[in-house]
Amino acid sequence: MITAIRYEEMQILLNDLFTRYGYDFTEYSKASLQRRIQRLFALDKFPSFAEFRHRLQHDPQYFRRFVEEVTVNVTEMLRDPSFYRTLRTTILPVLATYPFIRIWHAGCSTGEEVYSMAILLKEAGLLHKSLLYGTDINPLVIEKARKGIFPVSQMQKYSENYIQSGGIKDFSSYYTANYHLAKFDSSLAGKMIFSTHNLVSDFSFNEFQLILCRNVLIYFERGLQAKVFKIFDYSLENFGYLALGAKESLRFSPIADGYKQIGKEKIWRKVHETG
Amino acid sequence: MRRAKLIILGGSAGSLQVILGIISAIGRDLPLPVLIVIHRNVDFESSLEDLLSSRTRATIKEVEEKEPILPGTVYLAPADYHVLIEKDQTFSLDYSEKVHFSRPSIDVTFRSAADVYDKKLVCVLLSGGNADGVDGMLYVKERGGVVVAQDPDTADVPYMPQHAIARMAVDFVVPAEEMPAFIKGLAYLPPA
Repeated sequence: MITAIRYEEMQILLNDLFTRYGYDFTEYSKASLQRRIQRLFALDKFPSFAEFRHRLQHDPQYFRRFVEEVTVNVTEMLRDPSFYRTLRTTILPVLATYPFIRIWHAGCSTGEEVYSMAILLKEAGLLHKSLLYGTDINPLVIEKARKGIFPVSQMQKYSENYIQSGGIKDFSSYYTANYHLAKFDSSLAGKMIFSTHNLVSDFSFNEFQLILCRNVLIYFERGLQAKVFKIFDYSLENFGYLALGAKESLRFSPIADGYKQIGKEKIWRKVHETG
Repeated sequence: MRRAKLIILGGSAGSLQVILGIISAIGRDLPLPVLIVIHRNVDFESSLEDLLSSRTRATIKEVEEKEPILPGTVYLAPADYHVLIEKDQTFSLDYSEKVHFSRPSIDVTFRSAADVYDKKLVCVLLSGGNADGVDGMLYVKERGGVVVAQDPDTADVPYMPQHAIARMAVDFVVPAEEMPAFIKGLAYLPPA
């Protein structure tokens, strides 16, 4: 049987990482985190917990790998097409009334959602006056997001999502395929700013009309979720929108009272003024 | 044998009829929670919950992240998310990579539940043509949990339970038609 990282050992590890590198994973959902750590431990064939711990404490490069592997970086373009259709039909017409549009994709991973949004904005004739911020804790995925190059094998799926989201163009007009890679139009990336940002420890850095944070909060415990919701609340303009993942909700959060859900999609509008 | 803290039903192709049979036998007074992890198409998401609800008096609900796991409830893993269980007996959802081409993956849930419930866990592997669930079941077995496989001779797609039986000493091999009564029997055992 493979040596397993016990729950208590994981706690020791998390305390180490906080002390040594300032990265705080102690309020992440433990079941998922333990599974990811266990996976890395097995993948890199450590003979014991002690050696794993020692390596993490003394090798910053390996800690970087830890962050890359332990955080979940699964994403896709135009995931949940009905969500994007609501953005097109209900949210973008409101954003269109602003002279300048600022959007924050918090926990954007490799950037597929940011490119999806840029396509929507372009089709609504709004991209020229928009700025899309993409942030993630993981520097490696941010580098990938900047490049805007995704596997060609995904394009059929994305094209289907695009059509279901209400797209009427030829999806392939947005990228150039080269062997197994698809490079997205640089006019899209021209409106994006990518940066590392840790939702656990970093603060609000701007004011936005729309914040998207989809399938990120499921990895946080309730207490940390509440903290992050407060950062979002502080970062949203009055009457701005907050969009969450299909299985996430504002319902149990401390900011719920100041928000109104838009239809049945996981989109809420800020209806109170930031105090 | 004493009552477990959780029963998990894992199934893939051909398992829906067996699952419907099992939940039809379960009443509103179900003294423990049951979790169903079934491979399914994202596009038919809502109808499965309705279908299950129409066959039982127990409460059927889709798993929500961070909700406490309560007796009397039959939980359904949502399409396209893994279901994990926290030490404080609440659910977590996870959108990480598919396992055996599956999300939800039966392996992922079996393992996570075994870490929390140890020997107070019953895992049932039903009909299916996928390798998912067998590794997780082995882990449950190592942690002292009870593992049950549908009799492959009575499975529409025998591959999944067949592999479980080949890989480990499964505690019970139960024919499809006897599964409802068997699971009901486990659910209503005297408490531990």
